[in-house]
Amino acid sequence: MDTADSLIISLEHVRKEFPDGFVAVDDFNLSVRRGEFVTLLGPSGCGKTTTLRMIAGFSIPSAGRILLNGEDITSLPPYKRPVNTVFQHYALFPNLDVYENVAFGLKNKRIPYEGKDWRGRPKTKYRRLSPEAIDEKVARALKIVDLEDMEDRDVSSLSGGQQQRVAIARAIVNEPQVLLLDEPLSALDRKMRKDMQLELKEMHRKLGITFIYVTHDQEEALSMSDTIVVMKDGAIQQVGTPESIYNEPVNAYVADFIGESNIYNATMAGERTVRFLGASFPCVDDFPLNEKVDVVVRPEDVVIMPSGKGRVEAKVSSRVFKGEMYQYVLLVGKSEVLCRSTEEYDLGEKVSFDVLPKNIQVMEKELVENEFKEAWLDGKGNVLLGEEEISFPVDYRQLLKGSRLDEEGALIGPKGNAYDLKDADVVLRIALDKVELEDDLSKGECQGTIVSAVWLGDHYQYMVRTEGEEDFVSDTPYQWNVGDVVAIHVAPENLRIELRKEISSYERRD
Amino acid sequence: MSAATRRVSRFFALKRKYLAFPYILFLILFILIPAILILFYAFTDETGAPSFDALVSFFSTPSKLSVLLVSLFMGLQTTLICLLLGYPAAYFLADRKINRNAVLVVLFIMPMWINFVIRTGATRDLLSAIGLDGGSHPWEATLIGMVQNYLPFTILPLYTTMLKLDRSQMEAAADLGCPPWKVFVRNVLPQSLPGIVSASEMVFMPVMSSYVISDTLSEGKITLFGNSIYLNFSNSQWNDGSFMALVFLVLIGLSMLVTRRFERDPAAERGGGLW
Amino acid sequence: MRRQRTLEERKELGVRIGANAYVYLLLFLMYVPVLALVLFSFTGSVNFGTWSGFSFELYVTLFQDEEIMRALGNTVILALLSSLCSVVLGTLGAVGIHEWRRRSKSLAEALTQIPVVTPEIVLALSLVIMFVFLGNYVYAGFGLSFWTLLIGHICLSLPFVYLSVKPKLLQMDPALYEAALDLGSTPRKALYQVTLPAILPGILSGFLLALTLSLDDFIVTSFTRGAGLLSGAQMIETLSTLVQARIKKGPLPPQMRALTTLIFLFVILVVAIVTFLMLHKRKGKRHAERRNA
Repeated sequence: MDTADSLIISLEHVRKEFPDGFVAVDDFNLSVRRGEFVTLLGPSGCGKTTTLRMIAGFSIPSAGRILLNGEDITSLPPYKRPVNTVFQHYALFPNLDVYENVAFGLKNKRIPYEGKDWRGRPKTKYRRLSPEAIDEKVARALKIVDLEDMEDRDVSSLSGGQQQRVAIARAIVNEPQVLLLDEPLSALDRKMRKDMQLELKEMHRKLGITFIYVTHDQEEALSMSDTIVVMKDGAIQQVGTPESIYNEPVNAYVADFIGESNIYNATMAGERTVRFLGASFPCVDDFPLNEKVDVVVRPEDVVIMPSGKGRVEAKVSSRVFKGEMYQYVLLVGKSEVLCRSTEEYDLGEKVSFDVLPKNIQVMEKELVENEFKEAWLDGKGNVLLGEEEISFPVDYRQLLKGSRLDEEGALIGPKGNAYDLKDADVVLRIALDKVELEDDLSKGECQGTIVSAVWLGDHYQYMVRTEGEEDFVSDTPYQWNVGDVVAIHVAPENLRIELRKEISSYERRD
Repeated sequence: MSAATRRVSRFFALKRKYLAFPYILFLILFILIPAILILFYAFTDETGAPSFDALVSFFSTPSKLSVLLVSLFMGLQTTLICLLLGYPAAYFLADRKINRNAVLVVLFIMPMWINFVIRTGATRDLLSAIGLDGGSHPWEATLIGMVQNYLPFTILPLYTTMLKLDRSQMEAAADLGCPPWKVFVRNVLPQSLPGIVSASEMVFMPVMSSYVISDTLSEGKITLFGNSIYLNFSNSQWNDGSFMALVFLVLIGLSMLVTRRFERDPAAERGGGLW
Repeated sequence: MRRQRTLEERKELGVRIGANAYVYLLLFLMYVPVLALVLFSFTGSVNFGTWSGFSFELYVTLFQDEEIMRALGNTVILALLSSLCSVVLGTLGAVGIHEWRRRSKSLAEALTQIPVVTPEIVLALSLVIMFVFLGNYVYAGFGLSFWTLLIGHICLSLPFVYLSVKPKLLQMDPALYEAALDLGSTPRKALYQVTLPAILPGILSGFLLALTLSLDDFIVTSFTRGAGLLSGAQMIETLSTLVQARIKKGPLPPQMRALTTLIFLFVILVVAIVTFLMLHKRKGKRHAERRNA
C-alpha cells in the first residue's frame, strides 16, 4: 500500500536526548504519505514538539534517520529543507509589515538555472525571484488566508486570528512539500479555534500538501486529521485514523486521552467473557482465561434502565443537564460509571445498566505492578481495599515531602498543618515481587485463592483472588497450586499510595 | 576559498556564541588582569618584593586613616541630604494627581548632560561670590556641590520605584481611617525601600571616590578616597595607591553584601535608568 | 454635602500647589549654576556674576580660543570612537553570551559586573598600573598614549552597552530566529534580518549612554591619557581636563559660559526631538489599533 513513491517523510528509529540526559523522543518510527494530514497528539512533554522540531531542522536527532522523498535530511540545516513551519505564537517579524512578512521566504529564494561562466562553459547559476513574481505569490497566499487588503498593515496592529493567518500565508507562500504546524490554534479563543479548524482542513484539501500538525487537543485531532499519532513519554502509543483510535484504543492510556471513557481493571472470566464491576459481560475480544485486562466503555455506550432489568445494579450519584441529554455518574460499590441518557432519573435512585458486547473494548494490560485504583485511607495509618475492606498498614508520610506523623497517626505537614485523610481516595500500587504469599493464614493482611499460576523461567507468577474479587499478582520463587488458599502479606514500606485529589484539599481547617 | 577556510568560516557562521570572544578578551585584558595587578601591587614594594609596607603605612598614618573617616562621613551626609530632598520630589513626580507632566522628570536629568567639571567650576564661583568659598567653609561648599551633582541620581531610581507604588493600597488604608503619617510609615516607605537602597548606592560610593568636586570646592582642604588615590597616582606611588584602592574595594564589597537583599537587578537599574 | 466637597477639594488643591512649588523650587536650585552660566554668557564681563552690558563677545572668543576648540574636538572624537568600539564589542558580546550555557554565562556576567560596581578611580588606577607594568617589565617603549586613553574610555562604557542590549535579547521571541531559518535565511543572514532589528533600540541607548559617560569623564581621562595621535608632543586635553586645570588656578574661563549655553541648547533640542518622535510613534500605533477595531 505504501510504496516508496507515495511516502514523503519517514522517521526511522529517531531518538532525541538532551544534554541534561532527558530523553524526549525514543525509537520513533513513522511514515507519512504525500498529501496526508497527520496529527501528533499527546500531553505536554510527550515529545511531539521535539519530533516536529527535528523534522523542521531546529533540532538534530541523537540517533536515527529522517528521510524526505527517500533522501536523508537528518542533519540538513532548516534553511535548506523544503519544509515550512507555522509557529505556536506565530513568530511574525515585528519590524516588518504583513507583505514583508509573507515575502520573507520568497526574497531568500534562489532559483537555479543553466547559465554559462565567463569562459562560456555551462554552469549552474542562481537568480532571485523578480519583484513582480513575489508580488503575485504574496497576493495569492494572502487571498488563500482571506487577508487580501492587509498588505501594508503593521503586524502588531492585527488581531490574534489575523496574525495566525499571516503566519500560515508566510509558510505556504514558499510552496513547501510539508507544512509543519506547532499547536497553531492554541492562542486563539474557542470560537475562533472552531472556525480555523474548518479553514485549515479546507486549505489542506485545496493546497494538496502534506500537513504535520502538533496538538494536545484531542477534539482538534479527531476533527481534522487523516491519521493520528498518539504519543506518550517520547514513544508512539497508537497510529490510526480518528475512527480507529476512538473506537479501538490499544491501551487504557489512549482510551483515556481520546474522549471521555470509563476504564476498569478486568479479568477474563471465560471464552469471550470479561468480568468487571462485579459482573460478567460477553465481549467480542478473546484473551486467555484469568488474564488481567483493561476494559474501556465509552459513556454513550452505557445503556441505563430501571433497577432489576440490567446486568449491573447501580445508584445515581450525580446528574448534569447537558441540553440534549443528561450526563450521569452511577456508583457501583465504590466504582464510578460515567454515562449519558435522555431519560430522567433522580439522585440516589436505584437503576441498572448494560453494555453491548461490541461496545466493550478489551485491551491487553501491560502488567508491571498491582494497581488498585479504588483504594482509600482510614486516616489512622491504614489503606483499605475492596468490598471486604482489606486493610494494610501503610506509611502516610510518602504523600507529602517533609511531613511527619503525630501520636494518633495523623499526617502533619512540614509547616505544622494537619491533614484529615479519613476516606481519602488513593491509588494503591504494589510491585509484583513485593506481594508475599504465606501458607500460615494468620500471617497476612488478607487471604485468597490462587486462580492462575505461570512459570516465567526463573519464578512463578500467581494470581490470587480474594473473596471480594480483588486480584493480587505475585512474583515468587515458591510453588503453590491453583486452588490453594494462601495468606497475602505486603510489608508497609512496599505499599505505594497516591492521592486522587490534591493533598491541600485534605488540610484540616480549624 | 580552500576547503579548510570554508570549513572554518562555516563553523563560525553556525556558532553565534563565538561572537562574544572579543568582548570577553577585552574584559580579561583590561579589567580582570588590572584588577589582579592591584592586588599584586598592594602587597609588594617598589622593587616588586612581597611586603606589607603599604598596609602598615595605611593603618599607622593618622592622615590616611582620617581619609577613611572623612570619606565615610561625607558619603553618609550627602546620601542623607539627597534622600531627604529627593524622596518627596520623586513621590510628587510619580503622583498623577500632582504631576501629569513627564517632561518634568527629564528636566531633572538634563543637567547631567552638561560637563560636570564646568558645572562644578560654576558652582564654586557662585558660592564664593556669596561668601561660601572653599577657603573658609570647605565642608559646606563641598557638601552643596555633592548634593547638586548627585541629586538626579537619587531622584531617578526613587521615581522608578514610586511609579510602581500600589496606590490602591494607600487609598484603602486612608479609607479605613488610617492617619496619613501612619499610611506613609506602614505602607509607602516599605514599598519604596528598594528605590531608597539603589538611590543610596548610586550616591554613597561615588561621593567617597570623587575627586574633582571635593578638590575644587574645598580648594584642596578635604581629602576623600578619590583625592587620596589621585595623589598617589600623581606621585607614582603605585603600592600605596593600590592598597588604598583595595581598602575601598573591600568597603564596596561589604556594602553590597548589605544592600544585595533589597535589590532586584543593580546593574540594570543603574545603567538602564538613564535612558 | 456641598460644603464638605469644596473643603476637600480645597485641601487637595493646597497639597497640589505645595507639592508643585517644592518640585519647581528644587529644580530651580539645581539649575542655578547652569542658568547663571547661560545668563552671563551674553555679557563681555570676565568676572562671573557681574553684568557689563549685553554682548556676544564670549561666543566670538570661544571660537577663537584654539586650545578650547582642540580640547572640544578631542572630546568629541574620543567619545564617538570609544562609543563605537564599545557598541560593536558590547553588542557582539551580548549576542554571543546569550547563546552560552548557564555556568559560563554567569561567569561572563560576573566579569561584566566588575567595571559596573568598581568606582571609576579604582578602574583608572588599575589600568594605569597595568600600563606601567607593561612599560617596566614587558616592552620598555610602551607608554601612555591616545590608544591607552581610548581603551580607558571603552572600559568605562562597555559593560553598559552589554547591559542595555541584553534585555532586548531576552525579550526577543527565540522562535523569530528559527522562523527566519525556516524561511531560508542562513544563520548569518538571520542575525541581520531578525536579531539586529530586535536589539537595535538597546544598541542605540547603549551608544547614547556610552557617549554621555565618555563626554563627561575626567578621572579615566586624566589617568590614562598620554601624548600622541591627537596632540603631537603634548598631553591630550579633553574638555574636562582642560577646564579642571584652568579652574584649579583661577575662576572658570568666561568662554565656558558660552560653550555651556550652546551645549544646553543642543541637549534641549535632542530631548525635544526624541520626545516628539516617541509621542508621534505612540500616536501612530494607537491610530492603527483604532483602525483595526
